Amino acid sequence: MAADSAKRPVRLFRNLNSKIAAIPMILIASVIFVGGTAWTILYSFTNSKLLPRLTFVGLDQYSRLWSTPKWLISIENLLIYGVLSLFFSLVIGFFLAVLLDQKIRFENTFRTIYLYPFALSFIVTGLVWQWLLNPEFGVQRVIRNLGWTSFSFDPLYNADIVIYGILLAGLWQGTGLVMCLMLAGLRGIDEEIWKASRVDGIPSWKTYLFIVIPMMRPVFITTLVIIASGIVRVYDLVVAQTSGGPGIASEVPAKFVYDTMFLAQNLAQGFAGSTMMLVTVIVVVVPWAYLEFGSKHGHS
Amino acid sequence: MAIAETLLGNGSAREPSGPKPKSSLSPRNIMLYGTLIVVAVYYLLPLYVMVVTSLKGMPEIRLGNVFSPPVEITFEPWVKAWATACTGLNCDGLSHGFWNSVRITIPSVIVSIMIASVSGYSLANWRFRGAEIFFTILIVGSFVPYQVMIYPIVIVLREIGLYGSLWGLVIVHTIFGMPILTLLFRNYFVSLPVELFKAARVDGAGFWRIYFQIMMPMSLPIFVVAMILQVTGIWNDFLFGVIYTKPDTYPMTVQLNNIVNSVQGVKEYNVNMAATIITGLVPLAVYFLSGRYFVRGIAAGAVKG
Repeated sequence: MAADSAKRPVRLFRNLNSKIAAIPMILIASVIFVGGTAWTILYSFTNSKLLPRLTFVGLDQYSRLWSTPKWLISIENLLIYGVLSLFFSLVIGFFLAVLLDQKIRFENTFRTIYLYPFALSFIVTGLVWQWLLNPEFGVQRVIRNLGWTSFSFDPLYNADIVIYGILLAGLWQGTGLVMCLMLAGLRGIDEEIWKASRVDGIPSWKTYLFIVIPMMRPVFITTLVIIASGIVRVYDLVVAQTSGGPGIASEVPAKFVYDTMFLAQNLAQGFAGSTMMLVTVIVVVVPWAYLEFGSKHGHS
Repeated sequence: MAIAETLLGNGSAREPSGPKPKSSLSPRNIMLYGTLIVVAVYYLLPLYVMVVTSLKGMPEIRLGNVFSPPVEITFEPWVKAWATACTGLNCDGLSHGFWNSVRITIPSVIVSIMIASVSGYSLANWRFRGAEIFFTILIVGSFVPYQVMIYPIVIVLREIGLYGSLWGLVIVHTIFGMPILTLLFRNYFVSLPVELFKAARVDGAGFWRIYFQIMMPMSLPIFVVAMILQVTGIWNDFLFGVIYTKPDTYPMTVQLNNIVNSVQGVKEYNVNMAATIITGLVPLAVYFLSGRYFVRGIAAGAVKG
């Protein structure tokens, strides 16, 4: 980006129309993105309840937040869901992409099938999986009817495993996207690499593991960031599938924040929660930005 | 950014190259296609279950399992889901939410694409000092969790008197569509030959004239991609709908969730599934009709940085 602007030869001084056209962008960037974020962080240090007000209470909201069981469960769920969904969607997505990259017939058909859940709303996905995992009529009943009568699989009614039920739905919806990104990455690998490894008689699984995957590092990292920033936002899926239940067993931070701000009308507590979400994202994104843009400077 | 371009570029050239493979029933091919088909069945199963359940009567659902095909096909659940299913006290089905979603989606798509394309054009062709700073903020901001900005937006909308109205929600969708759309348009306009732009300048065309007569007609593909991205994204939105609208302007997703997860009354699974399919139909139709454009859209939409 920096190199681009340096190359530009003409500097248009009276460029009024362009500035007028950019007003919405400038407003959104400065007022909403910067201003809104700063506002939320500022008010997370107050004791605002129903209405925002500027009575500062220091870090009280944060210490209360971290002693609220509902928040702790949210964080725990986010961690489990996050780690597993990162791992499985990368593995499954890459695996599917490799399968589709074998110069197969009907590639488009298969890709269309693997990707269609991504077009659906999380609400739709959540409700379908709620129905599929319904212990009375869903998967559990089907397997019991086959003769295995003691079979038990009711994640949505069992507080210990409910987050895995949500993971199942999340993976169903999200792996298609990962597959697509990975496939694009695989197609970006130079055909010469493949020829060379074939000439050397290296089996293709080895080529994938030791040559292709390291070469696709940028794609992996970008995909990782995309999945991760999606994970922090998980909200609709939980609302539709379990409404946070049973009890508070499947709460997630995004839902905690919404509930606290708009239902419990404890604004500052919600702001503290959302600020913590922001911190989580920064922890994920900053190292990535450093890798991505830091290495770019090295090249140019 | 480089990755985004690679991905976008690949979107247009994803046909397999090289000679057609010899078709044979080798063990490798059986394994390969076997796995592909099993996975495909797994992905299709929920859709199948949705359709099958929505066509059964309740007695049949109680007897059978979710996978068995309907013995007696009935469209009653569909009619009920559309016209008379209840959310709390209202019993006018999903139709209300459907039209709300239409009324939200159309202006949101138009406004967000208009503003973002003009911003992208300004960034690509009419750079002014400081523009890149705001653009960077926009891109960085797209990673900020929405929850951080939700309440400030509530305040802004309340101040200008649009909180709870459809137009308020249109503004919200425009705001959160900005980062990705601006990036999309900016990158596309940058890739167009500069000579065209310069020639038009020499001929005396100004900012808007070049935009409407040269840039827009040359950029139809990217407008299609942006439209697909926005239509599916806005139609599928739940969070903003629930926050920024009132019950009588709820979009379809919110109403669907209220119908299915309402605690009152007996659960009618067939009606619920019919309602779920109806809500999913619009994005699915967009998806299946747009094909390659959708893939390009999500590759672009996903690769925000």
